Amino acid sequence: MSILTLKGVSQQFGGLRAVDDVDLAVEPGEIVGLIGPNGAGKTTLVNLVTGVYKPTSGSIEFDGQRIDGLKPYQISRLGVARTYQVVQPFPEMTVLENVMAPATFAAGAKSVAEARDEAMSAIEFLGLAPQKDVLAAELTLAGRKRLELAKSLAMKPKVLLLDEVNAGLNPAEIDVALEMIRAIAARGVTIILIEHLMKVVMNLCSRIVVLHHGAKIAEGLPLEITRDERVIKAYLGNRYAEANPGGKANG
Amino acid sequence: MVPAAIEPTRYSMLYAQILLNGLVLGGLYACIAVGFSLVWGVLNVINILHGSFVVLGSYIAYFAYVHLGIHPFLSVILAGGALFALGYVVQAGLINRVVGAPVLTTLVLTFGLDLILNNGMIVAFTADYRTVQLAHPLGSTVVGGLVLPLDRLVAMLLACVLTVILYFVLVRSSIGRAIVAVRMDREAAALMGVNVKRIYAITFGLGALMAGAAGSLLSLIFPISPLNGSEFLGIAFIVCVLGGLGSISGAIVGGLALGAIQSFGALLIGPQHGLTIAFVLLIILLIFKPTGIMGRRGYE
Amino acid sequence: MTVRPIYVLAALLLVAFLPLVGDNYVLRLGTMFAMYAVLAQSWNIIGGYAGYPSFATAAFFGLGAYAGAILQGNGLPMPLAWLAAGIVAGLFAALMGAAILHLKGHYFAIASLVLAEVLLEVTTSWTSLTGGGMGLNLPVIRMSVEAQAQLFFWAMLGLAVLTFLMSWYVSSSRIGFALRCIRQNEDASSMVGVNTTFYKVVAFVLSALFVGSAGALYASWVFYIEPPDVYSVLTSVKPIVMVMLGGAGTVAGPVIGAAAFLVMEEVVWRNFLSIHSAVLGLLIVALIFFLPNGVLGFIRKRKRTGADHSKETAA
Repeated sequence: MSILTLKGVSQQFGGLRAVDDVDLAVEPGEIVGLIGPNGAGKTTLVNLVTGVYKPTSGSIEFDGQRIDGLKPYQISRLGVARTYQVVQPFPEMTVLENVMAPATFAAGAKSVAEARDEAMSAIEFLGLAPQKDVLAAELTLAGRKRLELAKSLAMKPKVLLLDEVNAGLNPAEIDVALEMIRAIAARGVTIILIEHLMKVVMNLCSRIVVLHHGAKIAEGLPLEITRDERVIKAYLGNRYAEANPGGKANG
Repeated sequence: MVPAAIEPTRYSMLYAQILLNGLVLGGLYACIAVGFSLVWGVLNVINILHGSFVVLGSYIAYFAYVHLGIHPFLSVILAGGALFALGYVVQAGLINRVVGAPVLTTLVLTFGLDLILNNGMIVAFTADYRTVQLAHPLGSTVVGGLVLPLDRLVAMLLACVLTVILYFVLVRSSIGRAIVAVRMDREAAALMGVNVKRIYAITFGLGALMAGAAGSLLSLIFPISPLNGSEFLGIAFIVCVLGGLGSISGAIVGGLALGAIQSFGALLIGPQHGLTIAFVLLIILLIFKPTGIMGRRGYE
Repeated sequence: MTVRPIYVLAALLLVAFLPLVGDNYVLRLGTMFAMYAVLAQSWNIIGGYAGYPSFATAAFFGLGAYAGAILQGNGLPMPLAWLAAGIVAGLFAALMGAAILHLKGHYFAIASLVLAEVLLEVTTSWTSLTGGGMGLNLPVIRMSVEAQAQLFFWAMLGLAVLTFLMSWYVSSSRIGFALRCIRQNEDASSMVGVNTTFYKVVAFVLSALFVGSAGALYASWVFYIEPPDVYSVLTSVKPIVMVMLGGAGTVAGPVIGAAAFLVMEEVVWRNFLSIHSAVLGLLIVALIFFLPNGVLGFIRKRKRTGADHSKETAA
């Protein structure tokens, strides 16, 4: 059974149809890549799944339960975690406190000690232990991206939506991040990866979904997608991508 | 017993008169609020001083009339100029230093400054209510059964003219365009060479200018006392929320709406509660539609 | 500088011995201090921890004062009237909070400010219940002046201690943690499972309960209340200044700020009666510009996060 199912999901903002009649089924343990040009509706889709917006029409099921219309905090407690394109730490808290927040509220730790233990295991898993007492505002960008991952891991998610976790990182940092995402997936977490870097998507994903103008235009194995004519037209076909085949599509 | 046929006309005349009174008041309210709205929109500062600025404008008009015989309609220039200078100095010297601080800091700072200005006015002018008694009032005239209070009407028209002038200053002049640019995107404006701090000071000065001008027009209509400052501030709040923040058309719509609401409210539940209805309405609007009736932002 | 909460509690309890050393004037000051401590600590919950610029303190205070006075007038014993007044204010905060806490920044500030205005107008108009603009007298207490002064001092101090215990509990509990998350990043809070609406309403209610009781106690203390007195906007602004003075979002700060503010206010009242509000204004302006650990420390922190954002775009 699919862990996450979207049926005919649409989101209308005034005259703009940001997400248009999208069907999607994600199986447990998959790493699904979600790609598309800027403005294709990827982040809006994440916002729909995590409850920031309520879909204008359609339904979203998670683990056999309707979740469209639930509040973000309710969805996060069910086991859907996300990271933001622009990292969102609690700047005046330490790394440990930052990770304790999801352990306390989303994962429902019974005590401060339990929350601290949960948080520490997520911090150690991501190699942040040396910085656990540093204020989040003082971390480097790569550090804050890692903190973001630690926070979502501490929610004990079943599904993790990663919204451009690699944006702004240098190639060495990206390689580290790739390893981390693999390690998280190996723990049995289903991952939906929004990504601009084709290298990352091709490397990690078992399946790729392409959005264009809010609609799903293609879905399949990475190799199939690169050969799909509609995708090439819509996405790889843009001038910038032609100039950098297989590289950074846009920024 | 009054013949039934006359009743509807009598009532519609009454309503028309109330609406007219409300709109005349509303035009003045718009003039009070437009400067407040400008400062809020551009600086993201709620200027608690605004009410006292209006009162100060009234005092300038009062003393200009009593000592120099200058008609309050002309003092608009005097009061506007003086208040612009005061506003510019206050912003450049004080508020600019905390302009990016959390909401609470600027609110408390302007509150503190208001305590100083308001107390200063009480010491200088006493809290007694004063009125401008014109030697040659225009009186009132009756047109089509409606009583037109001419002094108020002219004051209201002048208020509208001032508001329209402000609109053209913002849209046409280079300073105005810089203000609008800073409002839209501070960083981009700074990159384009706009001196943001100076624009802030000018904007605050313009806000004070409009308050001062409104104050001298109001000196003909309301008794003058420092104690009225908070009421003018409340009016500015309500108009901004009613009409939507930061647009001149919003201030006009909000002002006229408040004037009408207050007049009809006074008819329905007594003159002392006109403002109560407006406050209750304000809460309801804030809860359901914080962008105001117009629901737009900017200087369209 | 951090002050451990236990020292503040000890200091508060020490103040309880004031009647042994002071005359009625000192007791009046002590009562005022306790009242200010209640207001400042309460505001700190919504303003300091949750970071919502609330100007609703006067609404809670005035509502509590009138609820207490009316209930006492109808024969309810004084302590029960104080308790009931707190509950009335808390319920009012729960209702209004649910309605206005979705507003942010200036809009929330205005909405909370207007609450007091509306209550002021309603209280003034509802003459049959509240006495309207004429004000309301409270039942006479058969006690010597000295005994009364001591009674109200201890009662208000007891309330301040209760508020302190509440504030201490909040700081180390889930509630405080949730509120600090909300202050630093409300959207991210809901993403890590914080029910932001619930915790904001809890914070608003906690910032009202004890203020409502303090209002009722104040009414009993001064025998006579009128709308402009108990709904004064200054009642909303003073606690903010106290918390800024002492340090927002801490347990000890508001109590220290309340004491410091009272001292300044008393000096100003005694020496500059006719310009006392201008001097208060000067103090506020000076506080914002010159007190490094007060407001400016707060701003500097904000600026640091701002600088980080620009670092990120540059990366």
